[in-house]
Amino acid sequence: MPDVLRNRRVEPDAFVRVESLDGIADDAHILVPLPLFTAQREVLKGRKGRFGLWLETSDEPQDAAGTLAHVDLVAIHFQSFTDGRGHSLARLLRERHGFKGEIRAVGDVFKETLFYLSRCGFDAFVLRPGENVQEALKGLDVFSEAYQASVERPSPLFRRRPAATSAGKGEP
Amino acid sequence: MYQYDEIDQRVVNERVAQFRDQTRRFLAGQISEDDFRPLRLQNGLYIQRHAPMLRVAIPYGVLASRQLRKLAHIARTYDREVGHFSTRQNIQFNWPQLEQVPDILAELASVQMHSIQTSGNCVRNTTTDHFAGVAADELVDPRIYCELIRQWSTFHPEFAFLPRKFKIAVNGALQDRAATWVHDIGLHAVRSDDGEIGFRVIVGGGLGRTPLIGVVVREFLPWRHLLTFLEAILRVYNRYGRRDNKHKARIKILVKAMTPERFQREVEAEWEHLKDGENTLTDEEVARIEARMVRPGYETLPGDVPAALQQSLQDDRAFRRWHERNVHAHRVPGYASVVLSLKATGRVPGDASAQQMEAVADLADRYGFGEIRVSHEQNLILPDIRQADLPELYGHLKSLGFATPNIGLLTNIISCPGGDFCSLANARSIPVAQAIQERFDDLDRLYDIGELDLNISGCMNACGHHHVGNIGILGVDKHGAEYYQITIGGNQAPARLGRVIGPSLGREEVPGAIEALIEVYLDARLHAEERFVDVVERLGIEPFRDRVYAQPEREALYA
Repeated sequence: MPDVLRNRRVEPDAFVRVESLDGIADDAHILVPLPLFTAQREVLKGRKGRFGLWLETSDEPQDAAGTLAHVDLVAIHFQSFTDGRGHSLARLLRERHGFKGEIRAVGDVFKETLFYLSRCGFDAFVLRPGENVQEALKGLDVFSEAYQASVERPSPLFRRRPAATSAGKGEP
Repeated sequence: MYQYDEIDQRVVNERVAQFRDQTRRFLAGQISEDDFRPLRLQNGLYIQRHAPMLRVAIPYGVLASRQLRKLAHIARTYDREVGHFSTRQNIQFNWPQLEQVPDILAELASVQMHSIQTSGNCVRNTTTDHFAGVAADELVDPRIYCELIRQWSTFHPEFAFLPRKFKIAVNGALQDRAATWVHDIGLHAVRSDDGEIGFRVIVGGGLGRTPLIGVVVREFLPWRHLLTFLEAILRVYNRYGRRDNKHKARIKILVKAMTPERFQREVEAEWEHLKDGENTLTDEEVARIEARMVRPGYETLPGDVPAALQQSLQDDRAFRRWHERNVHAHRVPGYASVVLSLKATGRVPGDASAQQMEAVADLADRYGFGEIRVSHEQNLILPDIRQADLPELYGHLKSLGFATPNIGLLTNIISCPGGDFCSLANARSIPVAQAIQERFDDLDRLYDIGELDLNISGCMNACGHHHVGNIGILGVDKHGAEYYQITIGGNQAPARLGRVIGPSLGREEVPGAIEALIEVYLDARLHAEERFVDVVERLGIEPFRDRVYAQPEREALYA
């Protein structure tokens, strides 16, 4: 697993994605696809290493909901950055299932995608190969304000507008 | 019209900076063609047949005169002095240079305009009744809700990458002038018995490859819940709409596949979680938007017809016709709304030159309150004209070429740009429109035929809304040649889809076929008030089909 962009820093990461538990060291930190997770739930709980859930954008969050308390992180895999299902998935994990751990975007992740992803509750990003980290970081700050309620800003702009604007002042 | 505050302006400015950076990196080879495509589309930029095409939003069809002047300036500076008003309250420029698009966006931002989400698989520009706020038959002014939807949908982080494009239309009058039944979501703003504003919510309508009339998923949604309910619909669509086949990716296909009943249950279940949440609208927000809407300062005028107008109506037959077709009743006594026909014979339907745009902006300042509307029928409207000024205004419009008295008549053709410009098109639209206009150029005859909507689309994407034209013409490709399929009996409101009359025709045969359809209608109608579409409804398509294909030159094909 390559480095992770987290808290606006590049941090090393020890998690690896696995397809099965065969031959995986007991203390390795692993990312587990949902079917494997469902099948090996008890085994996973007994391991020494940490584990996270690897979700495809088509996965159903409620299938994992009961055990989110046991996982350290959820990685959501974008085959293409234009697959918006991952955005809904992250919001549901945060807002409906109360997941407080890390939600990591992996796959087709680059500068232009970070702003929307972060607003949907992603707080870690594995950039696709070849992306410039410093350039990508700027993608988080393209917009200084947002209209909608989201994970990042749970209150929509219309509940936060300064009194000055609602009185019809503050012309551009 | 809504006036941006500092935050609205900042958001649009930041978008310009973002796109400038993306364009720069694309041109420097740092962003691939595949990655750049969705990014440019979400800024309304297509790569077209001849050059890029830039689609600019005219939110809910309302323009200030200074904005129209800016569009004229853009047409003159960055294009070939012309703009094309589309069927979704947008304007399209067909000849900009990619390198200059960031500058165009900056020009737009300087007058509180943008091209945000005018294309791409996201929530598009919200459209409404072009007479919103001024129509005599209005129940609720939809513009405040359109602006709320505009803000909510702008850079919505969850719904930026939907399975396919998503179009919302709002109507607040007795007559549906926003084609709400053929949108992804159609909203009818209504009042309950106790006066509360709410919406009938229609989902899953649409034209294109699979034309469908939408289904009502909620009869009355109180206004406070508008955004949470929209989120519930969009979330169900975003998660379950098909992404494997772009021709089956619209919400209408999902609603059909799930069945409307199950779709409705899914939405209600989702809404249970979202209802009464932070996105629930507040009185303060509605009041804030209301306060930022520029409203005309109407004079108190007598309700009866002014003497000058009376005189012109008596003396001038051409004026009388124009008044009958192009002037619309206003809710304020002494005022009227005037439709400027962008459908003069020989012109490209929906096109306006830079000079014409400037002239219209001047007329809006001189005779109105500096406001112009853009209709989905591709015409412009001066919404607030004193009735006493109509004769004088008529003179100006005549010299501009915008006084063709054909609103609601056959030659008010709705047409997409077609194969002359659009790379998606199978066939050209504009020459067909022009040939039909020439064939029916005689005003007496046009008036005798009466109300008739004719719509032309150059391909299955149906930008010309041909399915809901009383006569619809669709360009198709037959072994590399341009052919045209004709439908009849479609209707915009109440929405009905037209039926195909038979094998498609060559371009030169189309005017004759339209002629044949009109002959059947004129022979069959019981009285002058029975419209073309009524006769199709009464008789079915058969007599029309028989006449079209019985023309001597068609006999071989029909046999």
